[in-house]
Amino acid sequence: MKIGNRSFWLFFLASILLYAVFQVLINMGVLDLYYSNLLINIGINIMLAVSLHLIIGITGQFSIGHAGFLAVGAYTSAIITMKMGLPFEIAILVGGIAAMLAGLVVGIPSLRLKGDYLAIATLGFGEIVRIFFLNIDYVGGAAGMQVTHMTNWTYVFLGTLITVLVVRNFTESTHGRACIAIRENEIAAEAMGIPITYYKVLAFAIGAFFAGIAGALYAHNFYVIQPVNFGFLKSFDILIFVVLGGLGSLSGAVISATFLTLVSTFLQQYPETRMILYSLVLVLVMLYRPQGLMGTKEITDFFSFRKPEKEVGRG
Amino acid sequence: MEIFQQIINGISVGSIYALIALGYTMVYGIVKLINFAHGDVFMLGAFIGFYSITALHLGLIPALLLSMILTALIGVIIERVAYKRLRNSPRISALITAIGVSLFIEYGTIYVRGAQPEAYPGNALPDMVLNLFGLTLNADALFILGVSILLMILLQYIVHRTKVGKAMRAVSHDAETARLMGINVDTTISVTFAIGSSLAGAAGVIFGLYYTKIDPLMGIIPGLKAFVAAVLGGIGSIPGAMAGGMLLGLVETFVSAAGFSLWRDAAAFVILILILIFKPSGLFGQNVKEKV
Repeated sequence: MKIGNRSFWLFFLASILLYAVFQVLINMGVLDLYYSNLLINIGINIMLAVSLHLIIGITGQFSIGHAGFLAVGAYTSAIITMKMGLPFEIAILVGGIAAMLAGLVVGIPSLRLKGDYLAIATLGFGEIVRIFFLNIDYVGGAAGMQVTHMTNWTYVFLGTLITVLVVRNFTESTHGRACIAIRENEIAAEAMGIPITYYKVLAFAIGAFFAGIAGALYAHNFYVIQPVNFGFLKSFDILIFVVLGGLGSLSGAVISATFLTLVSTFLQQYPETRMILYSLVLVLVMLYRPQGLMGTKEITDFFSFRKPEKEVGRG
Repeated sequence: MEIFQQIINGISVGSIYALIALGYTMVYGIVKLINFAHGDVFMLGAFIGFYSITALHLGLIPALLLSMILTALIGVIIERVAYKRLRNSPRISALITAIGVSLFIEYGTIYVRGAQPEAYPGNALPDMVLNLFGLTLNADALFILGVSILLMILLQYIVHRTKVGKAMRAVSHDAETARLMGINVDTTISVTFAIGSSLAGAAGVIFGLYYTKIDPLMGIIPGLKAFVAAVLGGIGSIPGAMAGGMLLGLVETFVSAAGFSLWRDAAAFVILILILIFKPSGLFGQNVKEKV
């Protein structure tokens, strides 16, 4: 999406409208605390889903430790606001950067691994992060850390918008195409002269950065953060957004994150039922539509008058 | 003497990991799938053992056997329902399905019986303590060691001396060629799942006796650690899984004994990442050249 062309301005107007409508509704009190909180949760989950989409859907690196980056962002930002007393904006940025550094630390050594092995290594990384915060008394250990509520609709909206824009523009750029080439066939991509390690680490770092920003917003949306919030069930939650939406579809990730956040909020009273439904949906989608509900299509593909491109088979 | 005591504890814990790891490694060796649901089969095994002792008033050995038979069945059902269709689809789909099956078993169990933990009957084994050269060996540790060693010998026998074992090795080497040679690949895969799952079921009962507390989410962490053990030994290699399990049990016991018990779970994952980075094929694994 280039700045200045028609679709850019359409998107720009639509997003301002979306922001304004919800802001007015919140100010007028139509959306009470419950619903504005739901709105914030949706935004945070979209950020997480889109950032993981860049790693799994675009670059094809199967990472299931995303909650680790979320935790790094959450704890770093909480330390900055609560222990150092710096403003929230700085905390958000530093949370993102800390998660990005974590992404580099994980990415550089473990990207020599492929497929299942990378999945299990990132899962291990996520668990190490959780156990690390569990055993550090400075951040409260298992009891967790008190955090002031600072996240509001404006921050979440901006965060979500920037995440979606950056990931979309990255995907459409030369770099994004290189990442897609790696997803489709790593060996062929390497043979074509694409520096695959560079792009894998880049995708990891960008994905981790936005997960960290989501973490900062997540931390300041509650009054307390605990290591137990960042276990691998959280990673699986994020993974399910991406998988259900379609591996490789940005709008799929956004839609399924929105939809599943709504569903799981309404099923909050029945956590077992929620997880059973989740797991059944996951298995059934994988058995009957392994490419996810949207495949690699985007929502715009359904509205354009041009002939849609043929869906690329994934292997 | 202290150190020998720790070694015995480590081997007891390690043999539980080894039993679970054997199932992981066999399944991975034959269908190239990380069966995330394996840790939950282990959990189901623990619960079947628990209910057969408390509700059916079975003795320990019959309870163990019943648990192994039922978990073998569960393993085959999981394979037939969830994994069979995905044998030729991308690995990621299979992995996600395995995660889905794992979540389904965990929360299905919670739905059926609630999330509250259960205390394993303590009187299942006699309170026997054996003093040997100043080391104390209690009945639990002896039972764990006895059962695990017996099962491992049995497994070695099945894999190396029987017809079905030969078929398993052939399918794991090259499924297509094995099919051409007249081996029924589907049956062989089912047998592999049955054997692996029954080992996990046995590990579940033993785990219950050793740690005395079981709950529906107990399979997650031991399951992951057993996977670490399988990777450590070289995934696909049966002696590797045994050695990996023992080694992991020893490392954990020593980390605990050194006063870092809270970091015990992290140790397993640190080992995992180090092994993956420096020797991805594991201690006993073979290097596989990548094909284009």
